[in-house]
Amino acid sequence: MSARRLLFITAVLALCTHTMAFADGFAGLGGDARGFAEVAPEKRLVFPEDFGAHPSFRIEWWYLTANLKDASGVSYGVQWTLFRQAREPGPERKGWTNQNVWMGHAAVTSANEHLFSETLARGGVGQAGVSAEPFRAWIDDWRFAALDDSPSAGLSRLRVSANGSNFRYTLDLTTDKPLVLHGKDGFSRKSDRGQASYYYSQPFFTAEGVLVIGGREVKVSGQAWMDREWSSQPLAPDQKGWDWFSLHLSSGEKVMLFRLRSETARGFCAGTWIAADGAPQPLEGNDIALTTLSETNLAGRTLPTTWKVQVKSRGLEIETAPLNANSWMATRFPYWEGPVSFSGSHQGEGYLEMTGY
Amino acid sequence: MRQALWTLATLVSHWRRHPANLATLLIGLAIATALWSGVQALNEQARKSYDRAAAVFGTGGARSLVSTRGGLFPQDLYVRLRLAGWKVSPVLEGTVRIGANSFRLIGVEPLTLPHETQLARIRDDSGIDSFLKSPWRTIVSPETLLDLGEADGATPVTASGQRLPPLKALANAPPGLLIVDIGVAQVLLERPERLSRLIMNERLGAAAPPLAVTGDALRLAEPEEEQDLARLTDSFHLNLTAFGLLAYLVGLFIVHASFGLAFEQRLPMVRNMRAVGVSARTLIAAMFCELSMLALIAGSAGMACGYLIAAALLPDVAASLEGLYGAQVAGRLALDATWWIAGLGMAALGALAAAAGGLFKAFHLPVLSVAQPFAWREAQQKHMRRQAVFAGFGFAASLAALLYGKSLYAGFILIAGVLLGAAPLLPLALAGALWLGEKSATGTVTRWFWADSRQQLPGLSLALMALLLALATNVGVGTMVEGFRKTFTQWLDQRLAAEVYFEAASDPDARRIEAWLEKRPEVEAILPVWKAKIRLEGRPVDVIGLRPHETYRAHFPMLSAAEAAWDSVRRGGAVLVSEQLAQRLHLELGAMVDIPTSGDHWRAEVVGVYPDYGNPKGQLRVDLDSLVQHWPDVQRTSYSLRVAPNAVSGLIGALQAEFGPKIARIIDQAALKKLSTSIFERTFAVTAALNTLTLLVSAIALLASLLTLSNLRLAQLAPVWAVGVTRRRLSELELLRILFFAAATAALALPLGLVLAWCLVAVVNVQAFGWRLPFYVFPGQWAQIFALALLTALVASIAPIVRLARTAPADLLKVFANER
Repeated sequence: MSARRLLFITAVLALCTHTMAFADGFAGLGGDARGFAEVAPEKRLVFPEDFGAHPSFRIEWWYLTANLKDASGVSYGVQWTLFRQAREPGPERKGWTNQNVWMGHAAVTSANEHLFSETLARGGVGQAGVSAEPFRAWIDDWRFAALDDSPSAGLSRLRVSANGSNFRYTLDLTTDKPLVLHGKDGFSRKSDRGQASYYYSQPFFTAEGVLVIGGREVKVSGQAWMDREWSSQPLAPDQKGWDWFSLHLSSGEKVMLFRLRSETARGFCAGTWIAADGAPQPLEGNDIALTTLSETNLAGRTLPTTWKVQVKSRGLEIETAPLNANSWMATRFPYWEGPVSFSGSHQGEGYLEMTGY
Repeated sequence: MRQALWTLATLVSHWRRHPANLATLLIGLAIATALWSGVQALNEQARKSYDRAAAVFGTGGARSLVSTRGGLFPQDLYVRLRLAGWKVSPVLEGTVRIGANSFRLIGVEPLTLPHETQLARIRDDSGIDSFLKSPWRTIVSPETLLDLGEADGATPVTASGQRLPPLKALANAPPGLLIVDIGVAQVLLERPERLSRLIMNERLGAAAPPLAVTGDALRLAEPEEEQDLARLTDSFHLNLTAFGLLAYLVGLFIVHASFGLAFEQRLPMVRNMRAVGVSARTLIAAMFCELSMLALIAGSAGMACGYLIAAALLPDVAASLEGLYGAQVAGRLALDATWWIAGLGMAALGALAAAAGGLFKAFHLPVLSVAQPFAWREAQQKHMRRQAVFAGFGFAASLAALLYGKSLYAGFILIAGVLLGAAPLLPLALAGALWLGEKSATGTVTRWFWADSRQQLPGLSLALMALLLALATNVGVGTMVEGFRKTFTQWLDQRLAAEVYFEAASDPDARRIEAWLEKRPEVEAILPVWKAKIRLEGRPVDVIGLRPHETYRAHFPMLSAAEAAWDSVRRGGAVLVSEQLAQRLHLELGAMVDIPTSGDHWRAEVVGVYPDYGNPKGQLRVDLDSLVQHWPDVQRTSYSLRVAPNAVSGLIGALQAEFGPKIARIIDQAALKKLSTSIFERTFAVTAALNTLTLLVSAIALLASLLTLSNLRLAQLAPVWAVGVTRRRLSELELLRILFFAAATAALALPLGLVLAWCLVAVVNVQAFGWRLPFYVFPGQWAQIFALALLTALVASIAPIVRLARTAPADLLKVFANER
């Protein structure tokens, strides 16, 4: 993925001013990284250390999306996200003076329902946080953690749970595939002007668990995709929003694509083609074409909910359709995020995220 | 319409010819309005402050969790609840002193605050970023910014030397509060990792009940608990209201006197107008219109004065409320339209009530009846009978209230009945005395003096009644206040037997300080005073654990105690009960009381009742070991110390040097006594001020009556002058007469005042505060009151008498020329 989700962090800055939205969002993100660590191309990611938090960087997230089906083949989508933002640079302080603000988003989507929840926490007191070894991310009673406490377990067996006023879910995730580093060994460029982030994924989870939607319990199974990204100044000031795809192809291959839309310049596209064994191949911007096919009016906005997606070098030419066109996250900082299915040169399913509309 | 206007103009012309009459009428009405509305302003201000304090965390909506045993609780409980899915938001409340003022400081966590709370809206306005990061921010109302005497962005320093984050005034912030981030509050209040309350987000429930997560450390604050402040302070406000009402009534006496006089003087005019064809209806309409104008003018002036009175008294009232109840009242008056309208309404109502008799008479006036200047005297016989009946009603109401009433209202009905019953008796008693004087007089001038005094009595009786009420109130309140001061001082001397009192910042700190103190030779005894908070019959009660040390056995003042009470307490199973709690729960020696503890109920015997003046809460005293046994988590931070008196300041200095912020509060006996006494002095300062104002009003009433009468007097004095009594001699007699009236009124006021004092200490105090004071009398004070009465009369009579002494002989002769 890419610069996705970065803007949610500005939600913490602007908590209550929905209208502030994207107008100044990028200016804020683009301009004020002084004192924070910088993303450098030569740095190598180290595990399990990099499962945990990076307080010297300004922003960071742990992101999970799952495409699921129940016993009768009905589709569902699940989202679990934890954002961290440091309000000030400097050594991490203990107690309430800690610089970090944490924000959790969770959602369950079916063809006719999209339920979501949001929660916030201050760092420094234990209400939210992430430990690397064993891996454990939490905010309130939402968890995303290794099932097995042995240090070597890494991210191979995880359990994720969250709830809202009218839903809850618990999923067990397993995989034996390696992590996928995007860009150049995890250095993921976000603009032609040098903005970048560290970015890796685990797109090969098998998921199994239970959703409870409005009191109705549904046993589900499917596949899940985890993203980890951190940076201090990931976006250029003129970047206005983004469209991001994570795609599970029926062949076992995975594709990540994003486009950062700019107000002044051509959008910045990038992606990763992931072989079924986990070997990543970066995709150049001019290899990718994203075209809107139809739009949906939602929450006073117009959003492109069906797309034509092309990766020329791989002969990929598909049309994506949302499971529920109304997958609107009306959180403090609203965006569209929901499961999609696709057909064309390839079949499969995945997740689409759109911000800045 | 035209006729009505002319009628009105004719009526109003009277005031032009009698400006003094007009002035007293206006002043009376203005004063009545002023005192009443002033007191109401104080009450309203306080009530608003309570409401705002209660509304800070949500108006009735959001509930909160508080420590089961009172006080603060570890922050860890918050995190545990959040991790269990409870959407709670942490709060730390406390008080900081900045300069001479105390401010309530509230630490909040804006990210988790429920949207319903008032504070959540403040967050929305200010932007959150600066609130959440250094140099942080202190949000205040513009009013509080003024109270602080600072500008936006200033960083005042608290009494404990902590610097506040930059101030930021927001219009919708609750006044009197300093709102900071929770982390900042923990630093400013020196309460690291401690919280005082968790606000629950009602919209987002969780599966497990909180008790499953936090054990019994937290409990849901009962919704009515938030109303405690309003309830605890009710008595205080009712007392103020009663005073306001008394002053209002005294003011109305003036209005009644002035209007009655004006009516009598206008009788010929009214008769003439009726005779030339003005209908009774038009006349009444015009009079009503006139009255409304007067009420509006005097009422407006009264409201302005009321505002000034309230503003002047507010600091004392606020200090009393804070000292007695810990209630924060904004120090700046903010009054809304309803106050103004209600005040003007009271003025109009008062004017109407005072003038009702006159209006009624005007309506029924026979057109052809001759207006009689001496109508008063003739009406007087009937009037006196009516007054006697009225007095009877007053006393009957008192008796009923005394016998059957159990509330504070009954207490006030008792007092009102006594006062209103006694007032109409005054003219009867004076008439009797004058009749005796007349009978025993021998000389002509003396006989004339007595007879003429009787003639004057009806005109003065209302003013004298006002004086009687004011003097009696003075005696009554003075006796009560002095009695209280005496009792309170003695009680403080006994109760504050220990030399040093301190509170440690936390339990571990207290252990360390205790260990340190044990090694100090000058410390004779370390007496823990640990406190658990419970509720008995829905109201807050403190359970205080102490070691039955010799200090208590020898000094602790008791109202009644069983044999070897302290030994029973020491053995456990027995408690001492404060007077107000005993009174409320009807507990006597030997009674059993069920006390809810951390675990089960504890049934203990009452072996002693002790006075606990000034404490709005009930209190139980138990053995320290019993306290710890029944409330294992009790906060163990408060102590008193027995120290050799000359070592006190040295020890305090050493403790502060050694432990610094680990000692939350430390004070020596003398300072504590001074503090306690000053709280009461300020409370009674308000009473004294209202008392003085009432007396002042009665002096004005007397002056008003004398001034207006002096015009009528000429007709009666001229013949006496004509038969050879000099003007000087006449003036002296006039003065003597007034002094006689005042002295007689004062003589009656003394017993009445003592009855009033008894009602206050034995009925009102018991109902209002739950304690009964010993009834002391202060003869020295009586002499003062007597002198005050004479002085009041003297001051009031100077102007009329000087006027009489200076009356030109020609004017006196005119009386004969103008023979009616």
